[in-house]
Amino acid sequence: MDHKQEPVLGTKGDVASHDQTKSWFYTDIVKEHFFHPKNFMENDADESLYNAIGKVGSPACGDELRVWMKVNPETERIEEFKWKTFGCGSAIASTSIASVIVTENGGMTLTEARTLKPQDIMERLGGLPQRKFHCSVLCDKALRDAINDFYRRTDQFDKMVVESSRIIDPVSKVTDHDIEEAVLDGAITIEQVQQKTKVGIGNPNCLPAVEELIRFYREKYFGAA
Amino acid sequence: MSDIYLDNAATTPLDPRVLEVMLPYLGEKYGNPSSFHSKGKVATDAIREARESIAAILRVRADEILFTSGGTESDNLAILGYARMNKQFGTHIITTSFEHHAVLEAVMRLEKKEGFRVTYLAPDREGMIDPKQVADALCEDTILVSIMYANNEIGTIQPIAEIGNSIQKFRAEKNLPHLVFHTDACQATAYLDMNIEKLHVDMLTLNGPKIYGPKGTGLLYVKRGIKLEPLMFGGAQEKGIRPGTEDVAGIIGLAKALELVQKERATESARLIVLRDQLIDGILGSIKRTRLNGSRENRLPNNVNISFIDIEGEALLLYLDASGIYASTGSACTSASLDPSHVILALGFPYEVAHGSMRFSLGHETSKEDIEYVLKTLPPLVATLRSLSPVSVDEKYWL
Repeated sequence: MDHKQEPVLGTKGDVASHDQTKSWFYTDIVKEHFFHPKNFMENDADESLYNAIGKVGSPACGDELRVWMKVNPETERIEEFKWKTFGCGSAIASTSIASVIVTENGGMTLTEARTLKPQDIMERLGGLPQRKFHCSVLCDKALRDAINDFYRRTDQFDKMVVESSRIIDPVSKVTDHDIEEAVLDGAITIEQVQQKTKVGIGNPNCLPAVEELIRFYREKYFGAA
Repeated sequence: MSDIYLDNAATTPLDPRVLEVMLPYLGEKYGNPSSFHSKGKVATDAIREARESIAAILRVRADEILFTSGGTESDNLAILGYARMNKQFGTHIITTSFEHHAVLEAVMRLEKKEGFRVTYLAPDREGMIDPKQVADALCEDTILVSIMYANNEIGTIQPIAEIGNSIQKFRAEKNLPHLVFHTDACQATAYLDMNIEKLHVDMLTLNGPKIYGPKGTGLLYVKRGIKLEPLMFGGAQEKGIRPGTEDVAGIIGLAKALELVQKERATESARLIVLRDQLIDGILGSIKRTRLNGSRENRLPNNVNISFIDIEGEALLLYLDASGIYASTGSACTSASLDPSHVILALGFPYEVAHGSMRFSLGHETSKEDIEYVLKTLPPLVATLRSLSPVSVDEKYWL
C-alpha cells in the first residue's frame, strides 16, 4: 500500500499544551492519518471474517483500541489489518499508520510484526509530541495481542508471548510495566510516578529500584539522562 | 475558510474601545506612577480614576481595589494572603471540588504544607452548590470560604448572595469577625450582577482577559479591615500588599473593559442566551448520545458544555479546528497532566464523560450564522469519529 502525503495542512489540527513549555506540533503525516485514517473498520465487525483479534485499553483511560487481522495461515503474513480507536489525534494517527506498515509490501509476517516498536510507528509519523508517545505504545500492544490470538486459535501455544512484568512493590503490586507507563505519561520524578501508581507509598524500601527504572525508561523513550 | 471563535471562556479578544484608551499609556504617557514629577502624576491620576470608576461599578470604596496581574494572582493573594495572615484565628477553609485550579491548588498548598484543614464541597450532578452545604460545613475554626461565582467549564452560576448571607449570619451569631467569604468572579463579570454589596462577599477576584480587556490584568476586591500577607515584597504600591510598578495601560484597559461589559450586559446576555439555547437544542436534537453538562437554568449566557459520548474530545477539537471552529475540551489529552476535567468528574460522572466533553463559549463576535455553521458542521464530524470508535458507553453512566 502506498502512503502518499497530502498537501501541507498548515497549522490546523495542532494542539497547544496548557503549560506552554512545548508546542504540540503535529507533523503533516500525523494530520494526514488523523484526518484521513486508513484501514479502519467502518461498520460493526463481522468477527468470523478475521482470524486474529486484539484489544487494549478502556474508554475510562482515554484510549481503547481494537484490531481485527486476516493472517494467511500458510505464510503467516498479515493480509488485512482493520481497527477502531477511541482516542485522541495521536492515537488515531498511530493506529492508521501501523495498519499501513504491517500490510504494505505483501504484509509483515507475524514474527516481523511482533518486533514493531512504538519508536518505529513514531518514526513513520515523523515524530509525535512527547506527551503523546503513550498513544503509539497502545497500538503495538494491540497488535501483539492480536498476534497471540492467532497463535491461540491455531494451537501454536509455544509461540504466544505473554507480556511479562515484574512486581517492583509487593505492597501496591506495582510492576515495572506500570512504571514504564507512568514515565510514558510524562512522569519524570519519583513523586510524579507515585502520583500515578502509588508505588512505594506503603513500602519505601523499593524506592531505589523505582528510581533506577525511571532513569532507564526516560533514557529509553526520551533519551534523557 | 470560517473563523469561528467559541473559546471566550478561555479568553476574549480585546475590545477596540479598550485598546483605544490604553494606547496613550503605551506611548507618550509612559510615566511611573511612583515618580514625583508631572509625568508620574499623569500616570497616578489615570490609575486613581480607573480605581474610582471600578469602585463605582462594584459599589465599593476605591481603596478596597487591589490591582494584580490577573485571576490566578488575585485568587492566590486572597487565599494564601488571607490564610497566612489570619491563621491564629482558625485553620479551617471551605471551598468546592470544582473550583478553578488557581483556587484549588492554592488551598491544597495550605492543606499539604501549612497545616490547614480543608472541606471540599461537592456540587450536585447539575453543577450546583446548595447554600445549606456551606452552612453545614461552617465551624468556629473556619476563617475562609471560597466559592466561584460561575464555573469556568460548565458555566453554572452559584447562589453567591445566599451563601454570603448565611456566612454573615454565622459570623454574627458566633462572633467570628475573622470568617470571610471570597469568590472568583472571572467568568461571571461580563454577564452577572457585580454589585458587591448585594453579593455579601468580602473578597472578589475578576480579570481583564475574560471581559474583552487586556491579558495580564486583574483585581482583587478586599473589604476594608481585611489584612492580607503579601505574596511579593519590595515596594509601597497597592498599599504594599502587591508591590511592583503598576501596569498603567493594563489598569486603564481593565477599568474600561469592566465599564463596557457591565453597561452592555443586559442586552448582550439576552442576545447570547438565544444563541446559546439554539446551539444546545441544535446539538442535543441532531446528535444522539450527547448530554449537556451543568444546569440548564442556572447557566451563564455564553456557556455550552456538551459531552459527545463514545468519542474523545481532543480528536473532535482538532476536527473542529480544521473546519475553522475553535472550542475547548475537558479531555485528558489536551491537558498537560493527562488528567481529564476535574469539573466533569466532580459532577459525579465517570472519566468517559469527561473525555468526550466540549465547551463552546460564545462572545461579542458570535453571530446566528456562526451557530448555524457549527450545527451544520458538527454532526458529520461526530459521526466520523464515532465510526472510528470501538466503544459504546452504557447509558447508565452518562444519562
